[in-house]
Amino acid sequence: MSKDMTKPLLSVRGLTLDIPLARGTLHAVRGIDFDLYRGETLCIVGESGSGKSLTSLAVMGLLDKNIQRSADLMDFDGIELTRASNREMRALRGDRIAMIFQEPMTSLNPAYTIGDQLIEALRLHRSVSRDKARARAVELLEKVGISAAASRLGQYPHQLSGGLRQRVVIAMALMCEPELIIADEPTTALDVTIQAQILRLLVDLTKEMDVAMILITHDLGVVARVADKVGVMYAGELVETGPAAEVFGKPMHPYTRGLLRCIPQPGMTERGGELGTIPGIVPSLIGAVQGCAFRTRCPHASEACGGEIPVRGEQSHRFLCVYADGARSVEGEPA
Amino acid sequence: MSAPVLELKNVAKTYRVKQGMFGKPKPLNAVDDVSLSLNRGEVLGLVGESGCGKSTLAKILLGLEEPTSGQVLVDGEAIGGQDRLALARRIQPIFQDPYSSLNPRKTIADIVSLPLRVHGVGDAKSRAKSVRETLELVGLPARVLNTYPSQMSGGQRQRVAIARALIMHPEIVICDEPTSALDVSVQSQILNLLNELRAEFGLTYLFISHDLAVVEHLATRVAVMYLGRIVEEADVGDLFDAPRHPYTRALLNSVLTPDPSLGVPDTQLGSAYPNPISPPSGCHFHPRCPFAETLCKTKAPRPVPRAGGHVECHLHDPDSTMYRPDFTV
Amino acid sequence: MSVKKTTAPLMEEITGPTPRQILRKRVTGHTGLLFGLAVVLILLFVAIFAPLLAPHDPYAQSLSNRMVSPVFLGGTWDHPLGTDHLGRDYLSRLIYGARVSLLIGAVAAAISGVIGTAMGVAAGYFGGKVDAVVTFLINVRLAMPVVLVALAVVAILGGSLQVVIGVLGLLLWDRFAVVMRASTLQVRRREYVAAAQAIGASTSRVILSEIMPNIVNNLIVIVTLEMAHAILLEAALSFLGLGVQPPTPSWGLMISEGKNMMLFEPWLVLIPGVVLFMLVLAINLMGDGLRDVTAPENRS
Repeated sequence: MSKDMTKPLLSVRGLTLDIPLARGTLHAVRGIDFDLYRGETLCIVGESGSGKSLTSLAVMGLLDKNIQRSADLMDFDGIELTRASNREMRALRGDRIAMIFQEPMTSLNPAYTIGDQLIEALRLHRSVSRDKARARAVELLEKVGISAAASRLGQYPHQLSGGLRQRVVIAMALMCEPELIIADEPTTALDVTIQAQILRLLVDLTKEMDVAMILITHDLGVVARVADKVGVMYAGELVETGPAAEVFGKPMHPYTRGLLRCIPQPGMTERGGELGTIPGIVPSLIGAVQGCAFRTRCPHASEACGGEIPVRGEQSHRFLCVYADGARSVEGEPA
Repeated sequence: MSAPVLELKNVAKTYRVKQGMFGKPKPLNAVDDVSLSLNRGEVLGLVGESGCGKSTLAKILLGLEEPTSGQVLVDGEAIGGQDRLALARRIQPIFQDPYSSLNPRKTIADIVSLPLRVHGVGDAKSRAKSVRETLELVGLPARVLNTYPSQMSGGQRQRVAIARALIMHPEIVICDEPTSALDVSVQSQILNLLNELRAEFGLTYLFISHDLAVVEHLATRVAVMYLGRIVEEADVGDLFDAPRHPYTRALLNSVLTPDPSLGVPDTQLGSAYPNPISPPSGCHFHPRCPFAETLCKTKAPRPVPRAGGHVECHLHDPDSTMYRPDFTV
Repeated sequence: MSVKKTTAPLMEEITGPTPRQILRKRVTGHTGLLFGLAVVLILLFVAIFAPLLAPHDPYAQSLSNRMVSPVFLGGTWDHPLGTDHLGRDYLSRLIYGARVSLLIGAVAAAISGVIGTAMGVAAGYFGGKVDAVVTFLINVRLAMPVVLVALAVVAILGGSLQVVIGVLGLLLWDRFAVVMRASTLQVRRREYVAAAQAIGASTSRVILSEIMPNIVNNLIVIVTLEMAHAILLEAALSFLGLGVQPPTPSWGLMISEGKNMMLFEPWLVLIPGVVLFMLVLAINLMGDGLRDVTAPENRS
């Protein structure tokens, strides 16, 4: 396995997803670019319908058949995913690329014991003995913080709590030592205390095992605490991408700033005071979409927003806006 | 301080849960000796993990469940099962999922006017007027009257649910996770709306949520529930600035504020949430508590008063051997 | 960022069709449903206006005109479908037979529908002991072979239209109860039911105005299935001589009466057989179509 640290593990350019509907084509994802290096965590944050989950499924090659995927480049460690056959994708999934879903029961089969499923996950891709696979299962269950791991192997998914199930799913994802984990809202269904534990586990394990992670979420708090890199998605576009500290410290796109004002931030928003809002709704992405999709809700929208939108910012922190400073100065934010 | 508008006195709800087909039913104390009082205009935030009994408590207040023991008093009057209509005029709910809380077969006008029709208020004309006014109050134009829920967005539906709750001018509104199914930008609109309505009509809210940042923003007082008991209750500032109960501290620790300089916190809650059918002995929280001693395993802590409420922890009980007066975690 | 006041007008547009518009569009695009509906409506029309449409008296015998061939087998237009072994006009008997079939189907399905729906909804809504009793009754009913019980009852009470309708109505409620119980269980967990209860709505109001509108589509599907079921059972009973008694024109009876002549004049059996088949097929197509157009998973 080549481990070139200077080259991204996953490189995506111009990923576009179109869904043909009776009323016209739905442009669900419209030309997004991102790079992900080994050991790095990219959080894609957006509201429902922004296309964030479709993006993760597109990387996994798990889209519905009616969705048309096209990309200038989708390079996973030298493999061009847009040209990979179903068979090659199957070989990658669960082995070098693992996925964790919101609801652990989607990845766990209620009819089999946890042990069987963990062992199968490894033996599907590697020719190891059952005993070796079993030993690895126990080791990983311990690693994800499950006590009495060996005795848990004989249990069925329904015998575990939601938090424990999600730990099992994480252990299952790690069985083949993946290089990339794609986690779609992995903690949304869990209680806050459990959420913190699971996220901590994911962060620690990815750092320890040098695994890259794409984490899809709607929760800005999760993003801030977990991400190395952030991609803010709106109406099928990554409107702002950059290192977490920069995106949260100096949000450039009006949508990013709008989102941050919507959530109560202890110590910053006044208790019982008025929260910021983003009026209006996400525009329809059916038919031709032109200009900035956020202009229908943006307080700074002008004529120019209906035209071509330039990519602003430096290499690491970029955003899409007709204003060179993303209208920060108009809102009285420090430049 | 005025008399409480809503008071719960030692309310308990016990279910009998059958285990397996032939197992003997075991008692499950969903709500265990809860006493609370809400003053007019207050927002009491109720927080806790799933299964802690907060939804059961809401159902009792809405008259959907009978408490096994204890009393619910509204304006000092005890509410029994017979007075469901009287209770309904005073306490109204807003539920979590606006996709499930509106009948898909009814128009918005039907949904919002249902309380008026059930209680036989006014004639058709005055009801229609009242519906229009209430919709306007929650920011919906009159042209939504003849539309169906399926034609609306999540935020619009939640506004309809709020209108239905407010049309009878209740005193108390039980908000059960009213924004957790909504997108961030819509959530803030609904929270602002709830706040404005409270100020305008002097409403009292019981605000159930798992999102502590939202609770801190909206609530004036907070009650923390664990395995059916309220383990700490305090004014919002006191509770968030100086949590006394170790469980409250763990909950507050697990709040993820959008601050990238902080990592994911360690809640120090080792084991999982216990099975409510066989709760741990003594203090129910002791298996997960980093400060637990032998006393916690044998003796349940008694409630000790604190500003705006109480706390149930041996560390704060002056009569306990574990008493540490300076302990704020 | 501008802050939205509660009284500010709604910025979002209400888009999308009403549920009724969606339904209309689905119905008009469903050929199976339209075909089934058309056949059933035509037969209903024929049954209602039988005295005007039938060319002859269905009971009038004419011993000199026995077993006249239908027009497509060399007969005359005087008896387009020929005559039976007693010289009665076959087309007229077929037209009057539609009355019997549809009447039995509709009334038996209505009786069993009322019984089964009441039991199923009560079981689903109240749960606990009510549910246990209803589930037990359903199991008892499912353990009884319908045809045998019907045969036994008719054999004791004697065959007549009323008895057949009564027996079938009292026997075919099981599917109604099972489906309505399951649907009610599903719907009663919805928060709008809790909301109506919290408003103070009475139990009957909650059931009739909150739950029933959301399960009525399932009910309609079962009604069609049980109608077809009842029509077939009537034909079977009449064929065995235990259903509608001669000389009442019934399709099952016609098949029965024609069976002795089947090898020489197969059309005596084929004509009522084909019509019966068409009616049952049409009703089933209608039921399937209704399920397709109203199924919740298809609703946006």
